[in-house]
Parts: sequence; C-alpha cells; structure tokens
Amino acid sequence: MSQSPSAMDNERVKPSRRKFLKSAVTIAGAAIGYQWLKSGQYLLYGADPEDKNVPWYGIVIDIEKCIGCGSCAKSCKMENDVPKEPFFFRNWVEQYTVKNDGSVEITSPNGGIDGFKQTVPDEEIFKSFFVPKMCNHCYKSPCEQVCPVGATYLSPEGVVMVDDKYCIGCRYCVQACPYGCRFIHPERKVASKCTLCYHRLKKNLAPACMEVCPTGARMYGNLRDKNSEIVKFLKEHTTQVLRPNLNTGSKLYYNALGMEVK
Amino acid sequence: MEPGYPHLTEILSHIQGYIFPNEIDLQWGILIVVYPFITGLVAGAFILASLERVFRVKILKPTYQLALLTALSFLLVATLPLISHLAQPLRAYEIMITPHGSSAMAIFGFVYLWYLMVVLLLEIWFDYRQSMVIWSQEKTGIMKWVYKIITLGLSDISPRTLEWDRKLGYFITVIGIPSAFILHGYVGFIFGSIKANPWWSTPLMPIIFLFSAMVSGIAMVMLIYMVVSYIRTKDLDINVLDAIGKYLFFVLILDFTIEGLDQIHRIYEAEESFETIKLLVEGKLYLTLFISQGLIGTLIPLGLLAFLQFYKGRIRLRKTLYFITGILILIGVYSMRWNVVIGGQLFSKSFSGFTSFKVGLIGLDGTLMAAFWLILPFGILAFLLWLLPPWKMVPEDY
Repeated sequence: MSQSPSAMDNERVKPSRRKFLKSAVTIAGAAIGYQWLKSGQYLLYGADPEDKNVPWYGIVIDIEKCIGCGSCAKSCKMENDVPKEPFFFRNWVEQYTVKNDGSVEITSPNGGIDGFKQTVPDEEIFKSFFVPKMCNHCYKSPCEQVCPVGATYLSPEGVVMVDDKYCIGCRYCVQACPYGCRFIHPERKVASKCTLCYHRLKKNLAPACMEVCPTGARMYGNLRDKNSEIVKFLKEHTTQVLRPNLNTGSKLYYNALGMEVK
Repeated sequence: MEPGYPHLTEILSHIQGYIFPNEIDLQWGILIVVYPFITGLVAGAFILASLERVFRVKILKPTYQLALLTALSFLLVATLPLISHLAQPLRAYEIMITPHGSSAMAIFGFVYLWYLMVVLLLEIWFDYRQSMVIWSQEKTGIMKWVYKIITLGLSDISPRTLEWDRKLGYFITVIGIPSAFILHGYVGFIFGSIKANPWWSTPLMPIIFLFSAMVSGIAMVMLIYMVVSYIRTKDLDINVLDAIGKYLFFVLILDFTIEGLDQIHRIYEAEESFETIKLLVEGKLYLTLFISQGLIGTLIPLGLLAFLQFYKGRIRLRKTLYFITGILILIGVYSMRWNVVIGGQLFSKSFSGFTSFKVGLIGLDGTLMAAFWLILPFGILAFLLWLLPPWKMVPEDY
C-alpha cells in the first residue's frame, strides 16, 4: 500500500502540534540569537559581571606614551613584596627594536627597573618602542581554569587573585598563563602575580604602577561605567589585547600595539 | 650578584634570544618527567594483563599476575614524585577535598583512586583470594595472620564462591581497560589542554600518551618476566616472548604513526610558533628527540621487532634481542616524556627565545630523587612477589 508523503505528514503532525513546534523553534532561535548578541558584547567589554554594584576593572596601556623608565616595575616590587632578583616580576617593561633588516630585538634587563640602554646603532634602527607587561586579568583566564584547588580566582571586580593560604604550589597556573605573568614566590612557596594592587583599590587608591607612571601611559577603570575614562579611551582608540587568538578574555587593552609583540 | 638563587643566575647566561623574565626557571623538572613515565607503565602493564584475561590470549598466562603486580607497584609510587614536587606538599590533600571542577589536574586524585581501589586492588584480591585462604591455612606464625587479614576474613572457597570470584574479577578487568585508557589518556590531557603552550596543545596528546604508555608497560612486563624467570632459574618460554613481541610490535607501529602524524601536522600547518619549535627540536631537543626517542627508542626497536616476527631461529639470540628491545623502548619512552615535559618549557611563550635546563644531582628535584622514585617500584614489586607469588597460586597455573 502506498501513501503520499503529504498525507503521511498530515496524519503524523496535527495542526496544533505544528503550531507548538513552530513557536518552540522561534523561541529557541531567539534565545540562541540573544546569546550570540550577548557574547558579542562580552568580547568588547570583557564580560558583564554578575554583581552590578561593583566596578568591573579593565586596564589600558598606551604604548605611544611609555618612555621605558621602569618606574612601574620598580614600584610594583616595592609595593608587593616581590623578590628583588631579576627572576620574579609581576610587572616589567620590554624594549622592542625593529631593525632596518626587519629583525626584531627584544630586551628587558632586570625587567626595565634600571632603565634601558639602546645597543643597536642608530643608523640600523627602523623603530623602537617600549611595552609594559603585567597580568591581563582575563575574565576567561587559563590560570584560573587549571588551578586544581581553586586557589586562583576572579574577584567580583574581575581581578585575578591567588589565595596564598590555599595554593598548593603545583605550578600548573604558571604553565597555563600565555603571558608569562606568574611565578612561584621563592619564600612564600605559592603562585604569585599582579593583583592590580587590590589592597590599594579597596582604599580607592590607584595601583602602584599607575600611581608612579610619569607619562600616564597606564590607566585602569570601570568597564561597566560607559562614562568612565577607560571606556572613553577604548571608544576613541583602536586597541588590541595580547594573543587574541587564545580567547582568554584579556582585559588589558594596548593602544598602538605592534605586531612584533607577543 | 644574586646570592639567593645561584642556579638561576647561572641560567641567565645561557638564555638565547628573549624570554619573559619569569620564564627563566623551569617550573616542572625531572620529577614531572618521571611521573607520566611511571603512570604509563601502570596503564601499559594493566592492558597487557587484560589481553590475557578479557581477550583470552592464553599464551600470556605466565605474565598475567606479574603484569598486575607490576602495575600495582608502579601505581603505588605514581603520585609520590608529584607530591614531592609541590611547593606546598603538605597541602596536597586539598586537591581531593576541594577539587576545582574546571581543572584537568584536579580530577587526577579521583582517577588515581578509582584505578587503585576499584580496579587494581580488587582485581588482584579476587584473583588471589583462593590462594590467600589456602596459604593462611598452610602457613604458621605471623604469616598465617597476614594472609588471614588480607583475605578480609572471607575464607569461603566453595566452588560457587570461587566462580563468583572469577566472574567479578573478569567484570573488573572489563571496567579496568577503559579505566587504564582514562588514567593515561588523562595524563596526556593535562599537557594537551594547555593552550598557552603550542608544543603541548594538541588533541592527539592523550592518544600519544596512551600508546606510548602501552608500549612502555608491555616492554617493562616483558623485561620483568625475563628477569624474574632468570632469578627463579626457570626456563623462559620463548613463545610467551614471541606473543608479547607481536603485540609490542603492533602497538609501537601505532604509537610511531600517531606521533609522526602529530609532527607532520605541525610542520604542514606551520603555525605562529613553528619557527621557534623548529629551532627547539633542531637544537636543545636534538639528542633526546631524534637520537634517543626516534632512533634508539623507536626505529631500532621497530627493526628488531620486525626481524623477530620472521626470525624463528636460535632461541638464545631471540631472547637477547627481546631484552635489548625492551631496554631501548623504555629509554625511548622516557625520552619522549622528557621531550614533552622539559621540551615544552625550554622555549619562551613569547616565541622569541629559549631558556636552559640543568638537572641537579641532589635535592628534592634532582636526579638521585628521580632515580629513587624509579627504583622504589621494583622494591615494592619484589615484596609483592614474595607475599603473593604467582607461581605458588592455587590452583597451579603459572
């Protein structure tokens, strides 16, 4: 016995059910669309925090303004009990020298704390600039993801922190950070990193590195406040995060970031 | 200059190009090389045991209990290099009490315990229960009580109970195979899931770890079988070696193919990190990757095993060749662990330079400590073979 497909369909799906299915698909589509729209916003402003009453911090570093004085790196060590030896940094400055032959020389002697000396002769230099580095305070941070005990966490303000009393020192977070921002504190024997001077933020003080920067190359602020200085800066400038392909949700935005910088 | 960290100061002068300042010190040293090596031996040994039990490869019977006890000996040690490598070893328990759901490492404790308690210990217990009951009746003095205690007081050896022992043992082995796959595939995932590190970050990593685990575990059991037979002055059954050699050959081919595929893929895609990794493998990893892992640990054993598939002549020569093959394979797999763990930390995540690694002799993270963790399982195995000798099992089937 043969039956036409349409007759089969009519039998199988009643009009009321068809209507239900249609609206279900519409709602699902709208929900997916909304999610997609939301995720678009996430990318722009580094996520939308659950707690709307606290700021959601982002950082801007303006490479055009950095003069490589190293005050940021120095003040950070003083403020945050970072060992003085040149193997441990929460904050450092790199000097990039692009030569006429296209090769790039990168240096960061003692993290830039003692300043820089240009070793490439002037006539060989195509361009040179400084790039301060610090924790990117990613909102999808790989270090937080891999911590086996949850000692690394994101504060409500979007600051990536380490609980000293909880960290087991497995070093997995150090491996997971693509930016090289973490180290094991040689005396405290736990993972250590930039906290955006959380202790100062809580007192409405700027992080040490921002406080001392003589050219105002560094800026932090509330990404949720659309009238804040940082959001204004992001609107008016073409900024970029480091290693955007890794999708870490970095909230450290660089102005005038060259392709030489990783 | 820096009195506190002389080893780091020394490395400073060996840095090539530019590395991030925090990258000078390698985070994971030789102990983390030893850890996946040991875990791999466990998984491989267990899979060899299950060949006999589940897939009924009867010829492998003499290696069955040996493989299980080898797996147990190495599993008991597996976590120790990890814990001793922690900066805060006394907080290690936190990983079990408050595991962080999104961390690959956090699950290790559970995978480990599952494998130890549910798979290995139970399987060995069901296997040995009848023998242990009989030993507890035969022995006198303290050993009588030791066997009594490890039978957990279950001394019923009626045929019906023994049939249940056999069934449950079989069931556990069946669960054990995917568990062994998970145990070691998972170790590969710990590395393979780190997107910041292009040398590690590949979905093939768990599979590579798994196959190299099988290769090393099978080779290790083969060697132990040879050595134990020698010590017991028993004749080594060349048919058993041939059977193990056949499996070893096939698994090594698979392992080589998959690792080769990984490298070909890297070379062909030649992503952002390619130039750096090329410099790495041609420079600092040349000896351990091409010579130690590739030539000594893979190509020569492949050639020897291929030869042994056809050559059925002088038994003494074949035994010697199997022994050499086993040793070479273990060197190769250890080198592979080295290349992954150490190699992955030698280049900077800025892809602009390399740091250096010098392993010390003494200290918690030194060669002697690593050697200790590698030798300790053999001590445990010797004890287990004394306590639970497979050749004295009832009914006699060794």
